[in-house]
Amino acid sequence: MNKRGRSRSTPPWPVAIPAIIALAFLVLPVLGLLIRAPWGRLIELLTSRTSLDALRLSLVTALSATVISIAIGLPLAWLLARAEFPGRRFARALVTVPLVLPPVVGGIALLLAFGRRGMVGQYLDSCCGITLPFSTPGVVVAETFVAMPFLIITVEGALRGLDTRLEDAAATLGASKSAVFRRVTLPLIGPSLIAGGVLTFARALGEFGATITFAGNLPGVTQTLPLAVYMGLEGDPDQAIALSLVLLLVSIAVLVGLRDRWLRTGVAS
Amino acid sequence: MTGVVARVVLNRGDFTLDIEVAVAPGEVVAVLGPNGAGKSSLLRALCGLAAIDQGQIVIGDVVVDDPARDVFVDPAHRRIGFVFQDYRLFPHLSVLDNVAFGPRSAGASGGKARDQARVWIDRFGLTDLAGRRPGEISGGQAQRVALARALAAQPHALLLDEPLAALDIATRQDVRAELRSHLRSFQGPTILVTHDPLDALVLADRVVVLESGRVTQAGTTAQIAQRPATSYVAQVMGLNLLRGQASAGLIALDDGGELHAPDHLLAGPALVAVRPTAISLHAHKPEGSARNVWAGHVTGVQPIGDRVRVTVSGAPSVVVDVTAGAVVELGLVAGSEVWLSTKATELEVYPG
Amino acid sequence: MRRPVILVVAAALALSACSSAGPSSTSPGTSPATSGSAAAQGALTVFAASSLKEAFTAIGKAFEAANRGVSVTFNFGPSSTLATQIGAGAPADVFASASGKTMDTVAAAGLAPSRSNFATNSLEIATPPASSVAISSLADLAKPGVKVAVCQQAVPCGAGAQTLFTKNSVQIKPVTEEVDVKSVLAKVELGEVDAGIVYVTDVQAAGAKVVGVVIPADHNVTNKYPIAAIKGSANAATAQAFVAFVLSPAGQAALASAGFAAP
Repeated sequence: MNKRGRSRSTPPWPVAIPAIIALAFLVLPVLGLLIRAPWGRLIELLTSRTSLDALRLSLVTALSATVISIAIGLPLAWLLARAEFPGRRFARALVTVPLVLPPVVGGIALLLAFGRRGMVGQYLDSCCGITLPFSTPGVVVAETFVAMPFLIITVEGALRGLDTRLEDAAATLGASKSAVFRRVTLPLIGPSLIAGGVLTFARALGEFGATITFAGNLPGVTQTLPLAVYMGLEGDPDQAIALSLVLLLVSIAVLVGLRDRWLRTGVAS
Repeated sequence: MTGVVARVVLNRGDFTLDIEVAVAPGEVVAVLGPNGAGKSSLLRALCGLAAIDQGQIVIGDVVVDDPARDVFVDPAHRRIGFVFQDYRLFPHLSVLDNVAFGPRSAGASGGKARDQARVWIDRFGLTDLAGRRPGEISGGQAQRVALARALAAQPHALLLDEPLAALDIATRQDVRAELRSHLRSFQGPTILVTHDPLDALVLADRVVVLESGRVTQAGTTAQIAQRPATSYVAQVMGLNLLRGQASAGLIALDDGGELHAPDHLLAGPALVAVRPTAISLHAHKPEGSARNVWAGHVTGVQPIGDRVRVTVSGAPSVVVDVTAGAVVELGLVAGSEVWLSTKATELEVYPG
Repeated sequence: MRRPVILVVAAALALSACSSAGPSSTSPGTSPATSGSAAAQGALTVFAASSLKEAFTAIGKAFEAANRGVSVTFNFGPSSTLATQIGAGAPADVFASASGKTMDTVAAAGLAPSRSNFATNSLEIATPPASSVAISSLADLAKPGVKVAVCQQAVPCGAGAQTLFTKNSVQIKPVTEEVDVKSVLAKVELGEVDAGIVYVTDVQAAGAKVVGVVIPADHNVTNKYPIAAIKGSANAATAQAFVAFVLSPAGQAALASAGFAAP
């Protein structure tokens, strides 16, 4: 016992050295950001018009993308997990495409579909005068495209792992299908839904490539935080670093939030 | 209400379940059979979690499943209470809200549903547990909650799937006795499936024996115990069940005779279960420590596997399992006079 | 037994990584330069403004043809980004910018000791073909509902567009400020905007994919393109030779055919 305990506490060097390099590689850039941060001007930089516009826009669009992802992604996750229909495996594979697709490619694809002359976009334009590119809703579309798979995959996994016997039990107690979903299924997958929502929000908040390609870049309208960071690098690098800190803070908050949830479910189960 | 009348035919690959059951309101029927006999499939079909391939299910006066007429009522509209073997309490709801689930589904508001649930909670002695989560109560308590939850939905019929199988042996006897009284007070038809003959004998009025998807025997518990139609029935149903009035540790049996109980706790109507192997046969009145000794005459001798079942008429009349050697030694034939003895500790006594 | 094998593999990988990352990867046995600048050889990295893509790609090929053993690699992008990257130590040998201002930032860091203007470019309105919105002048861009794309302020074409609007006293609210001029052109080509402010050279390079609307010279904005060999280049001689080649008649001819005007 003692011997095994000691060998566990001192890992062999062929493992330890690359492991330390990997850790340093991940930590150093964050450290660089913190060291180079213009702490003295931080308040001033973060309360500038550009920063506040980008911050507000990012929060509004990322939240909208999360809400839309839940509204339409949850039913899709349910279908993928529960329903039998032809092409289900194909549909499940399709859902993961935006996860592996470079976001810029996603942006181009969105333009070709929902752009003013796109497959669907031209009809939106001619029938209802809706043009998505260069508009705040366009940002939401781009963010939803890249972020929704996180929600679908998380929730679908939870639904597949869920004990359907509880839903059977609810049915024998007189609960209709929708009541079973509301009062049994949803509360049971609740933690996963929250986790998926948080991941979706974080992904939407950090989205850059698809947004700049599909929605363009205009301060106050389509310039989200990551775009402001990128553009800031050209003009005022300090501003870019200050905004990067905000994004870093959000990432840490997401991690802490999810960790908290995992801990709690760990205790409950 | 006309109870449950059903012919259930289910085809599952090589396996076919084909069973007819009719249960009157207030009656408890046990479906007894070994694992894999199709018992759980029968219950799933009755409550609508599975559709039958042939036959018809009538609950009350309503046809709820009839493939020939393309009728199928889903589980939510059958009003059949189901107590699952693993209880299936909702882990995210308190005991109270579990029991309130049925009333809530029937359209009651949250507050009203809880009020209705509290009546059942109190009746089942769960008042102190009302706020707990299912993860925080014992197996026996969970069994009570599951039954209370099923009954709170005011079902037209009640189904129980191996209601005691998930409990350890120590609590099983207490819960069985409790369950018996709850089932007695339910007005509708009850079907319980079990592989444990004691459940069938203690809890049910009638027994249907199901083997490999077919009914091999049906009747009252006494009929089946005395004339087992198959070796399975003979093996599992070799149990003597006697009714009587308990008082001061003595049970006066309804059909004559009296037995010493293992303790003095019970008073009033009682049910005594005693295994055939727990009774000894003697040629002369025994002198030993057994407290229950009585005389009788042999009415039947029937070999069952490596043992012989001897039916003895007396006060009380019982069946006794002995070895083939004992039959020869005692010269047992129909009409033989014998003495019987059993220890008080061999008796299992339930409130009747 | 397993551990030594892994170490050997790791060492081999490390070695191969070192050799391929080396500064000079010319294949041995290549004969020295035959004409032009006799000293020119090796790999050259040129950072150039997006608008120079077509002209410099042609010039690079001609330079390679004239100097055996030289390989030119281009990094095209927004001038301001390139300037930032060079300031941060990016391995550029030559920087060709679309504006004096961005070159100033590199010069201020002491990285561009001498520079020469090698071309000028002016702005033009690019419109999608078969557009339903009729655009014939700058004034048309100010009409309500007309979607206009420009470059972001930090890059020369964005600053130029702003100057253009001010000079002509038109109030234009663009729908997007793109990263660089090629992104503006792309949005025009896709028909997502009704017009984009780009360089004359971009309209020419795009061919039939866009329709140009010429801005008269006296209303237009012209910007000078400076080029400089970057101080501390590992291949300074070749860098100087490349700058000279751009300024030579051959280089100027290539620029002219791409639509640039003489400096």
